[in-house]
Amino acid sequence: MKSSSLTFSKNAEQALLDTQLQRALDKVGSGFIDKRRAAMDALPEFEQLRHTAREIKEHTLAHLDEYLLRFEQQVLDNGGQVHWASTPKQATGIIVGLCREANAKKVTKGKTMVGEEVGLNEALQQAGISPVETDLGEYIIQLAEEPPSHIIAPAIHKTREQIGELFKQHHARYGLTQPLETVPAIVNEARQVLREEFIQADAGITGANLLIAETGSTVLVTNEGNGDLTASLPRMHIVIASIEKVVPTLEDATVILRLLARSATGQEITSYTSFFTGSKRETDQDGPEQFHVVLVDNGRTEMLGDEFHPMLRCIHCGACLNHCPVYGAIGGHAYGWVYPGPMGAVLTPLMIGLPQAPDLPQASTLCGRCAEVCPMSIPLPDLLRQHRFKLTEQHAVKIKPRMALAGWGFLAVRPGLYRWAMNWMTRLLHWASRGRGRLHKVPFAGGWTQSRDLPAPQGETFIAAWQRQQAKRKADNE
Amino acid sequence: MRVALFATCLVDLVRPSVGFAAVKLLEQAGCEVVVPPTQTCCGQPAYNNGDKQTAIRLAKQVVDSFYIYDYIVAPSGSCGGMIKIHYPEFLKDDSDYASKAADLAGRCYELTSFLVDVLKFESLDAPYDGQLTYHDSCSSLREMGIKHQPRNLLKSLNGCQLNEMADTESCCGFGGTFCIKYSAISTRMVDDKVNNIKESGADTLVAADLGCLLNIAGRIKRLGLPIKVFHVAEVLAGMAEGPGIGEDESS
Repeated sequence: MKSSSLTFSKNAEQALLDTQLQRALDKVGSGFIDKRRAAMDALPEFEQLRHTAREIKEHTLAHLDEYLLRFEQQVLDNGGQVHWASTPKQATGIIVGLCREANAKKVTKGKTMVGEEVGLNEALQQAGISPVETDLGEYIIQLAEEPPSHIIAPAIHKTREQIGELFKQHHARYGLTQPLETVPAIVNEARQVLREEFIQADAGITGANLLIAETGSTVLVTNEGNGDLTASLPRMHIVIASIEKVVPTLEDATVILRLLARSATGQEITSYTSFFTGSKRETDQDGPEQFHVVLVDNGRTEMLGDEFHPMLRCIHCGACLNHCPVYGAIGGHAYGWVYPGPMGAVLTPLMIGLPQAPDLPQASTLCGRCAEVCPMSIPLPDLLRQHRFKLTEQHAVKIKPRMALAGWGFLAVRPGLYRWAMNWMTRLLHWASRGRGRLHKVPFAGGWTQSRDLPAPQGETFIAAWQRQQAKRKADNE
Repeated sequence: MRVALFATCLVDLVRPSVGFAAVKLLEQAGCEVVVPPTQTCCGQPAYNNGDKQTAIRLAKQVVDSFYIYDYIVAPSGSCGGMIKIHYPEFLKDDSDYASKAADLAGRCYELTSFLVDVLKFESLDAPYDGQLTYHDSCSSLREMGIKHQPRNLLKSLNGCQLNEMADTESCCGFGGTFCIKYSAISTRMVDDKVNNIKESGADTLVAADLGCLLNIAGRIKRLGLPIKVFHVAEVLAGMAEGPGIGEDESS
């Protein structure tokens, strides 16, 4: 996917003016946040689970090679195959190759974010293979030719009216003449059209929420059941997953599953939690003849053990997006690449390069709400700060803020000079406020004063006033 | 008990009355208050903008200035969090300062937390006639665990009514240089906050961090809303009679 992260500020300003988007984003607060809270209130052992889940992941990451190899062996034993991809290009190459070998022309797809990360749909299309998204949200944005704006609710930026209109436009060929007004009507329309696609598909591609080393299973959670149809109806099932999704045992998987749905949608468990283990066995009535798992690295092994290591614990629940006030204000597209919100602001610079996304780690107040709700205790604000350290090291901070901070830093480490300079500055600003207590415009502070008054200093600094008062106290006592 | 007040750079420069209010409260509670004159800033602007070296120099300056006192107290959860949470992290490999920073962190408190949690000072007889709403600043809440302390103190004032606003735990959009670098996003965030304040029906907003207060007051004044804004220390010390933050000096 082509990135527009470099124009983040402009993207964000446009998003703030987009009234349809703003209306759509209102759902985030009332939907996800309230539901998650209710689910957590009903789960007194949340902190304990969170602690256990973190330990499971840290243990797995410390022995990642072993667990991945064990996973591979199990998949082989179950009649499947594992393919290793270091880069996005390798990943798409493997999948296109598998589809060609199987003479697959049409593939159905379950939702996969790593598929977005490697640009899977574009690669399939270029190879003359048509991918059909079967998750309703993904289907909507495929019709609209847009990337997802949220990692679990890809079409959250669209209003119901926009979706109804979109269906009318694209489903005219299936005989739809009126825009659809209700959610059930939209769901039913998609279901009718997708059913036919499921039956016709030559291959099905899904992502995976977890990979289980002891059984060679891939786990998929969905609420629509589309993942099961994608996996089991076509003659070939391809799973694409990033390497950090592996956990040692089924028992470990259940700990993470208990956290995942609650953190994501506030459900105790999603409507479908499917375990896919190998290809169709002789005794099975149905299922895919071929089962492939494509394991994608794409920079993740480099994160192991470095300052961004905690990010590998991420289970992609989306809670950090839902609780982020910046995401809530501008939505996901403004971030300019596959992963938005706090987790995206950490991951994107690691995947497309910090110089391609310098705003992402800076565009946060570090309010900490993301870390507070993260079920895997990822210290997201600290990781954003790590990127900021790198921006400074690489001299990639814009000149104006850099000079301002350097000037301030120069004074702040020289208390004597600082006191003198600040006393002048506060008095000057106080004088300029002419008793109004605030300033409407201040040179070099346009970012502040374009929407806010600047409360004016009361006059002399506290330290100066305090010292004067102390001297007087002393004199009075003598 | 010698308590060193870390006034914070914003209080020092913009609103000294908060510093005096903090001193008054601490003295009322029986502390001997000192104000080390070598204090400038905790270094958070440098730290959050990626300039670790300046942050380290300022952290050492704060440690040197405050180490000899029994406690370090700041009328801010944000600067307090910097000293308590972040100093020990980024000074942990410095052989001269690691243990000092960790030790000072254990003696560092935000003002209302110090009054309630350490001094067990829970009720004030100062009168306050009005309806307040309290904004939880992010660092106070999430780094310093401050939630009930300022509220309990405010509720003990005579005549004071506390109206909780919706989403009081949401960020106001200040974020240090964030509000200047990403002004449009910040404005949207502060507008959400101001709407919640308006809907609470309160006539006065209080919070424990001057950064948030300058941001919210700046927006309230620009919008011309009749809502007063004070630092929680000013209200608790009975020093909220004069003009609020950003208000005309004659008011």
